[in-house]
Amino acid sequence: MGTRYLWFIAPAVIVTVAIIIFPWMFTIYMSLHDWQITGAQTFIGLENYVSAFADRRFIAAIWRTGLYAIFSVTLPVILGTAAATVFHHEFPLRGLLRGIFIMPMMATPVAVALVWAMMFHPQLGVLNYLLKSVGLPPSLWVYSPNTVLPALAMVETWQWTPLVMLIVLGGLATLPVEPYESARIDGAQPWQTFVYITLPLVMPVILVAVVLRTIDALKAFDLIFTITQGGPGTASETLNIYLYLKAFSFYQIGQASAIVVIFFVMIVALSLGALALRERTRWT
Amino acid sequence: MDVMQAVGPSVVPLRSLSPWPRIWAQARRALILGVAVFVLVMPALFVFLWMLSLALKPDVENTAYPPIFIPRSPTLDSFRQILDGSPIGRYTMNSAVVAGGSTVIALVLGVPAGYGIAKSQKRGMLGFVLIARMTPALSYLIPWFIMFRAIGLNNTLTALVITHLVIGLPVVIWVMVGFFDGLPRDLEEAAAVDGASPWQAFWHVALPLGRPGIVVASLLAFIFSWNNFIFAVVLAGRETRTLPVLVFNTLTFERLAFGPLAAAAILVTLPVLIVTVLVQRQIVVGMTAGAVKS
Repeated sequence: MGTRYLWFIAPAVIVTVAIIIFPWMFTIYMSLHDWQITGAQTFIGLENYVSAFADRRFIAAIWRTGLYAIFSVTLPVILGTAAATVFHHEFPLRGLLRGIFIMPMMATPVAVALVWAMMFHPQLGVLNYLLKSVGLPPSLWVYSPNTVLPALAMVETWQWTPLVMLIVLGGLATLPVEPYESARIDGAQPWQTFVYITLPLVMPVILVAVVLRTIDALKAFDLIFTITQGGPGTASETLNIYLYLKAFSFYQIGQASAIVVIFFVMIVALSLGALALRERTRWT
Repeated sequence: MDVMQAVGPSVVPLRSLSPWPRIWAQARRALILGVAVFVLVMPALFVFLWMLSLALKPDVENTAYPPIFIPRSPTLDSFRQILDGSPIGRYTMNSAVVAGGSTVIALVLGVPAGYGIAKSQKRGMLGFVLIARMTPALSYLIPWFIMFRAIGLNNTLTALVITHLVIGLPVVIWVMVGFFDGLPRDLEEAAAVDGASPWQAFWHVALPLGRPGIVVASLLAFIFSWNNFIFAVVLAGRETRTLPVLVFNTLTFERLAFGPLAAAAILVTLPVLIVTVLVQRQIVVGMTAGAVKS
């Protein structure tokens, strides 16, 4: 059975090696060199890695990325799970409303980021008007170093809650009927049914959503770059933004390559950790 | 099954004397559900309607306080300004060529690969697709940038088509494996008994059956490529920029011209939004393929 289908897979594998694997190898190679855009290269061993960790801006970017990720994983996962239980019901126009609900995730990120940037404007933006009309004080949103990360994470939540919803909705569709029958016979309240039956049963699927969200939050770029470009100052300079500046504004290719390798190791380690956690929930 | 269906009296008497408690409970349930759906859909609806409102209002209304929600004297001036004042025609062509080209190549490579993986049960390949999804785009961009410079491909559409394969190929493989897995095996086995080679069985049996999956895969690959910003912003030159780069440049040049900014945003993302609402069912299928099963 095995080798007959080799020819179906081979072309895709060759292209993947050429456009993904080879660039990775090349990145590792570049990270070991003092690599200038002009072409001058000298082998310097691990010096790029050492100097990366000595760079305060890099360390600060790591913390910021972590903080940003915590917001933009927990909020979409909670809201998306809640949304999935709602969209799991039958109601009129469900298809259309679900279509509208997933629009933020399909829309061009730069375009929606731009609309949010306008809504965030402290004087002319509509968000401060809405805050005021419900009696809340105005915020500086992305214009203040103190609020910029939560404000950006709010946009990220708006954009990616639909993906969590879709994943959890898919999980809900596969649940067995029997536990609910028995719960109803035992006279369980709806919230009890949700907490003691639904939640444990869809937990593996929620963890898939957590992993995907973590990966995507760590590599978020379009939103942050469009709205703040890392500012004000460096207040929203996450790893990806820092990396972009390092490579394509300062053209320190060797240094940037070392950061890519570190970044990649961090993402893979986190994902493997989360997947291990998922295996454990599956067996208990 | 429905989680919330247990709302209402938990023990329903066999024959209730009055129908009102049940009707009351149903109405309450419908109301709660309606409010929940409204709260969920509102943020998405508000942002897109606000984008439309900004694009249709003249400048005076856009800078008014308190904000004007429904345009009083709607105008298409902002659209005209973007259509006349920027090379949007060329950028649209670029976007179409890059998204279309990379989607076609991703299908040619990815549909057979998805079939092969589904048939030979080589699941390790899927882990590979996952890794491609995990990797930050910038990790490809730096080596590509250097390599394309070396072979003179920087600032070309060819370079963009090649790089956008990184977006399209995993999507196509992922969706197609899920789709071919779900197809009944009898037909191909019959074809094999009749002496068809694996290639003939694929071409004459699996491919026609797989058409719905191919539609989903191409839609997703095209949309994600259309939406991509970071590859073009680094690799494209003045002539080869794509639409998201145009939107970004509008933002940096005209920070306070709300109308034209919103018009540019709408022109880029409207096609995607229309497709999303029209084929939301297929998108739901495609986006969740694998995530639940794996």
